[in-house]
Amino acid sequence: MAEPMHEVALTVNGVPRGAAVPARRLLSDFLRHDLGLTGTHVGCEHGVCGACTVLLDGEPVRSCLLFAVTVDGAEVTTVEGCRSADGGLGPVQQAFQDCHGLQCGFCTPGFITTVTAYLRENPDPDQEQARDAIGGNLCRCTGYQNIVASVLRAAQLQRGGAG
Amino acid sequence: MKPPPFVYHRPASVVAALATLAEAGEDGKVLAGGQSLVPLLNMRLTQPGHLVDINRIRELSYVDAGSDAVRVGALTRHAELARHPGVPALLREATGCVAHPAIRNRGTTVGSIVHADPAAELPAVLALLRGSVTLASAAARPGRARPDQEIVRRSVAAADFFLGPLTSAVRPDELAVEAVFPRPAPRSGTAWLELSRRKGDFALCGTGVLVTLDEDRRVTGATGAYTGVGPVPVLVELTEAVAGRPVDAVDWDRAGTLAAGAVAPEDDIHATAAYRRQLVRVLSARAGAAAARMAVADG
Ligand SMILES: Cc1cc2nc3c(=O)[nH]c(=O)nc-3n(C[C@H](O)[C@H](O)[C@H](O)COP(=O)(O)OP(=O)(O)OC[C@H]3O[C@@H](n4cnc5c(N)ncnc54)[C@H](O)[C@@H]3O)c2cc1C
Ligand code: FES
Ligand code: FES
Repeated sequence: MAEPMHEVALTVNGVPRGAAVPARRLLSDFLRHDLGLTGTHVGCEHGVCGACTVLLDGEPVRSCLLFAVTVDGAEVTTVEGCRSADGGLGPVQQAFQDCHGLQCGFCTPGFITTVTAYLRENPDPDQEQARDAIGGNLCRCTGYQNIVASVLRAAQLQRGGAG
Repeated sequence: MKPPPFVYHRPASVVAALATLAEAGEDGKVLAGGQSLVPLLNMRLTQPGHLVDINRIRELSYVDAGSDAVRVGALTRHAELARHPGVPALLREATGCVAHPAIRNRGTTVGSIVHADPAAELPAVLALLRGSVTLASAAARPGRARPDQEIVRRSVAAADFFLGPLTSAVRPDELAVEAVFPRPAPRSGTAWLELSRRKGDFALCGTGVLVTLDEDRRVTGATGAYTGVGPVPVLVELTEAVAGRPVDAVDWDRAGTLAAGAVAPEDDIHATAAYRRQLVRVLSARAGAAAARMAVADG
């Protein structure tokens, strides 16, 4: 018997998007496979690594722990939506490039979304707070020093400092 | 891995959810925040035939911070509870220790309690404050014309709610609609402390202590609640180690020693039993002293 399909409509990075999917389709797979937005990465699929983090109505969530059908109607921001208005790198992305905050880049989409949301509420973190902000994201190659530096640099860029 | 297929239900009201749960019986599961259930589905450790998604039941999203108790609806997320200005310190501190912000944005307080993980914070807090869970079910009795119109509620005290690891008193046809956290008595203080290997991990041991003083600032009662040292949240009466003494003269190490002797942790891959016992000793002493300071400030 074919699995029943559900129409799911989301606003993704400001654009209305939709697809008919089975109820068990994870939001992470919905974004990647059904919408072709492969920026969101999938590491562990049990909430631990943070690679799949997206913003749901502005708040960071694990897209691997949500069914697309559950969040029907919501606004989602992925790493593709973290670019600047002119289409270039957004401030958080720019900071990661400036500070060598990535090597293979697998974990990076989850860091970018997490840090984007964090800085909105905490625009001027210190070193310790920056470390805390990324406590739920794992990186297997870069080491966290450069990522912490990237968070601080992103805050600086967002405050308008060229530094 | 990917979750197995299931029939998806998205009721818009408690009544509708209860009717669906009653029909699905043993084959049905409630989907709240999904932060415990979806990992289990992704790993195919559970395979329910029906999922009843309660995320559209807006009537279950509330924090009612009354003078006697704080009532938390089943759709209230960890992050919402922690942000609420009327929530007692113990609840806020312990909730802040649950996982990471991205998990707390989605996971629910009530879901965490129903899930009954012996390492989870909220079940221990509920036990320490002698709280309860309100369970609702459809009163479908033969011969009733509209069985879905009647809701039966029962309140289960924390002491009777946690039956074993990942096992609570909720029947398959029941929805937990509310958790009730009574406020501590006047001149009380509380503290929550825990140790985990990495921030946001489940703690090796979490410790909550509730201390109550009399008008002369003598300790009249002290209780510890512990995660990670038993199949359910463990409560230990610490009163005999500290009672009757002026609060400034209490040796909280005595409470730690008493607690360490009362718990029966087991070895697992995360820590030995002896190490967990040592955590109970140290965290009890520290949390007791912190709770006492708060009780002094309270009156
Ligand atoms: C990486 C990670 C780290 C975590 N770390 C911690 C931690 O340190 N401490 C901690 O306490 N928790 C931790 N959690 C778990 C988290 O707190 C969950 O939010 C919580 O355990 C379950 O709440 P939920 O709303 O997500 O429930 P769900 O996952 O939706 O449901 C869990 C179970 O409870 C049942 N259920 C849920 N709500 C109801 C209801 N209203 N009525 C009847 N049945 C219901 C479901 O059927 C299911 O069996 C972690 C989770 C992850 C993924
Ligand atoms: S893939 Fe979602 S947290 Fe790892
Ligand atoms: S850059 Fe490779 S995992 Fe983080």
